[in-house]
Amino acid sequence: MDSALIPKGVNRCPLSELILKLGPVVAVLLWGVVAMFMCWIKGLNQTNMNDSYGFALWIWADLTVIALGGGAFFTGLLRYIIGKDKLKNIINFAVLIGFICYSSALLILAIDIGQPLRGWFIFWHANVHSMLTEVAFCLTCYFMVLTIEYLPLILENRQIDRLPFFHNLSHNMHEIMAVFAATGAFLSFFHQGSLGGVAGVLFGRPFAFREGIFIWPWTFFLFTWSAAACGPCFTIMLLKITERITRKKLVKDDVVDLLAKIAGWMLTTYIIAKIIDTWYWAMVTAPSLGFELTDFYSNNPFYGMWILILEIVVCGIIPSIILISKKGRSNPVSFMTAVVLAVLGACVNRWAMVLQVMAAPVLTFEGWPMYYPSWQEVATTLLPVAYGIILVALSYRYLPVFPQEVELNPVESEDQGGKAKKAALSGAEVSPARA
Amino acid sequence: MSHLVFMGGLWFALNILGLGMTYCIIKAAIDTSKGKGGEHS
Amino acid sequence: MKNDQAKKYGMVIDLDKCTGCGACMVACMAENNIPFKEDESNKLDSITWMRVYQLTNGKPYPETDICYIPRPCMHCEGDHGHSPCVSVCPATATDYSQKTGIVSQIYTRCFGCRYCMAACPYHARYFNWWDPVWPNGMEKFLNPSVSPRMRGVVEKCSFCFHRHQLAMNKAFVEGRRELEENEYQTSCAQACPSGAIAFGDLNNPKHTVNQLAQPDNAHGGQPKNPEVFRLLEKLGTNPKVYYVSSREWVRRAGDNYLKNENPGKAH
Repeated sequence: MDSALIPKGVNRCPLSELILKLGPVVAVLLWGVVAMFMCWIKGLNQTNMNDSYGFALWIWADLTVIALGGGAFFTGLLRYIIGKDKLKNIINFAVLIGFICYSSALLILAIDIGQPLRGWFIFWHANVHSMLTEVAFCLTCYFMVLTIEYLPLILENRQIDRLPFFHNLSHNMHEIMAVFAATGAFLSFFHQGSLGGVAGVLFGRPFAFREGIFIWPWTFFLFTWSAAACGPCFTIMLLKITERITRKKLVKDDVVDLLAKIAGWMLTTYIIAKIIDTWYWAMVTAPSLGFELTDFYSNNPFYGMWILILEIVVCGIIPSIILISKKGRSNPVSFMTAVVLAVLGACVNRWAMVLQVMAAPVLTFEGWPMYYPSWQEVATTLLPVAYGIILVALSYRYLPVFPQEVELNPVESEDQGGKAKKAALSGAEVSPARA
Repeated sequence: MSHLVFMGGLWFALNILGLGMTYCIIKAAIDTSKGKGGEHS
Repeated sequence: MKNDQAKKYGMVIDLDKCTGCGACMVACMAENNIPFKEDESNKLDSITWMRVYQLTNGKPYPETDICYIPRPCMHCEGDHGHSPCVSVCPATATDYSQKTGIVSQIYTRCFGCRYCMAACPYHARYFNWWDPVWPNGMEKFLNPSVSPRMRGVVEKCSFCFHRHQLAMNKAFVEGRRELEENEYQTSCAQACPSGAIAFGDLNNPKHTVNQLAQPDNAHGGQPKNPEVFRLLEKLGTNPKVYYVSSREWVRRAGDNYLKNENPGKAH
C-alpha cells in the first residue's frame, strides 16, 4: 500500500503487519500522553517527588537519555572530523537515535518543570553562572544540529528526493555536513559536561561535590567521556535489536567492530579516570567535609557498596576488557554482554549522581528518605521510549537509514546470490549486486 | 567575563548553523532553478 | 553617610532556651501566607519556612538529652555572595543582596526546576506541589504585605523582608536611612516566648546578634564565641544563622565529623 515510499531494493513487511506490531507501542505512548496531561493540568503533585527529592526519575531519565544519545555526536566526530569513513554506514542510525534521545529529553523537561509556560525564562533571564543554563542552551542548539543531520535522511525518501529542490538540498547538506558535525561535537562536549557539572558544583552536597579545574568540576569531563564511551554502545545495542526484529543484517561486522573498539578504549580510559576521581573524592574531598566513604553507602535500605561496585567494576572494568580485546569483540555473547553492561553503567552512574545525591543526608539529624516513582512518572518516562520505537520503525521503513542494507540483503538473488551475501556478511569487499 | 564567553560561544554556534543552512537552502534553490537535481544530474 | 556599611542581617538562636514549642513555626506561617494541605502529616511535601527539629544525644536513661533546633533559611553568603542556591538558579530567580545579606526569591520568575532545592543542604527551600487553597474566609486574614505563591515555584524563609521594606518606608518618611534594632525583627523572633531567637545586623556591634555570635568576617563569618556554632560549617556555605549551646554534644551535632576528629574551629 505504501510501497511508493519504501526505498528501492529492499523488502518491508506489509503495512498492516507494521500497524499491528506497533499497536502495543502506540498504547504505551497514549498512556504516557494521558499522564503527561495529568501532570500539566493538575501539577507536579501527580509525582512522588517531594522536598527531599526535587530531582527524581525524570531528571535521571534526562541525564541517561542524553548520555546514551552521545553516540550521535561521537560517531559524527569520528567520521567527519577524525576521518573514520567506515562509520558512514552507521552514522545515520546513530543520528536517528540521537534525535530521539534529545527530543525525549526536551519533552521530559517540559513536563518536569513546575511552570512549563515559563520555560523560556531559562533563555530570557539566563544566569550564565549556572550549569543548568549551559545545559539548556547547548541542548537546544544541539537538538537543532541533530535536526539538521536528520533532515537529509528524510529528504532522501524516494518520493521526496524526486523533487529537485529537496534533492539538491540534501546533496548540499551532505557536502558541508562536517561543519555541522563539528559544531555538534563542540556543543555536545559542553552540554554533556555541564550535566556532570550540575552535580559536581553542589558544594552543599558532599556526595555530589567534586574539585575540578577552573569552573569545571571533574564530573564535567567524566560525563562527556562516559557519554562518548556508552553512547556508541547504546547505538550498537539498538542496532542489534533492530536487526533481530527486522531479521536482517543491516551493518557489516567490521563497521560495528570498529565502533565497538573505539568505544571500548573510551570506556577503558574513562573508567581509569573515574576510579582516580572516586578515590580522590573518597579519600580527600569527602573527609574534608566530614564524611567517610561508608557514610554514603550505609544506614539505608537501598544504597549500599553494591551500587559502587556495579557501576565501576561490573559495568565499567568488565565491558572495557571485553571491548578492547579482539577475542572479546568477536564472540557474540561476550560482545553483547559488554555492550549492554556499558549502557547499564551509564544508567547507574546517572542514577547515583541524581537520586543518591538527593537521598544522602547532609545534616547530622536527618535520615535517608526513600523514593519510588508514581505511575505518572513511569508512564511519561516510557512515552519517549514508545515514540522512539515508532520513529525508528518509520525511519527504517521509509528512509535509507542503512547504506549497507541492500548489499547485505540482496532482494533478487541473481548470479552471485548466496555467495555475495556470505562475503558481504564478513565485511569483505564485493562488487554490489545489481538489486 | 563568563557572560562574554557564554554568549560568545552560543552566538558562534548559532551563526554557524544559521549560515550553513542558509548556504544549503540558497544554493539548492539556485541549482534547482538552473535545472540541476533531476534523477541523474 | 556615617553608618553606610553593608548590613548583614542574621540570627542567633539559643538552643538552651528553645523549648520546641513551635510558636516560631506558627508565627512564620501566619506572617508569610504559607499554604498548607488538608492532611499535613507528610512533612516531606509540607511547606515550613521555619522548621523545628528534635535532636537527641542518643544516650540511654539517665543520660538522655534532647535539643530542639529551629531552622529557617540560612541566607548563606558562601564565598563573597556565592550562596549554594543562588549560583545554580538558571533563571536568576534568586539573588544574594550584598546590602542586606538576604537571599531573595522572585516567585514570578522561578519556573520550578528545583535545582536550588538540590543545592541547599539545609532543606530550607520548599516547592509548591499544589496551588494554595485557603479555607473559606481565610483570604481575609492573609498578610497583605506578602504575595502568595502559585504552584510550581520554590519558596523559602525571607527573613521577613517585607518587614524590612515597611521599616525602611517608615524611616524614609521620618527622614532617616538607618533602622534601629527593634524596628526590623522577624516574626519568628518576635513570637518566641523564651526569647531564644535574636535577629539583627551581624555587622553592627550594638546589635545583640553581633555581641552573641562575634562573627569573624576575615574568616568566613566563623563565630569567635566558642559556644556558638553554625550548621554544616565545613561546607563553606557561610550561613547567617548562628546557634548557641553550652552542651558539647549539641555543638558537635551541628556538623559532620570523621570518627576520631575533634570538633574545633573548622579550617
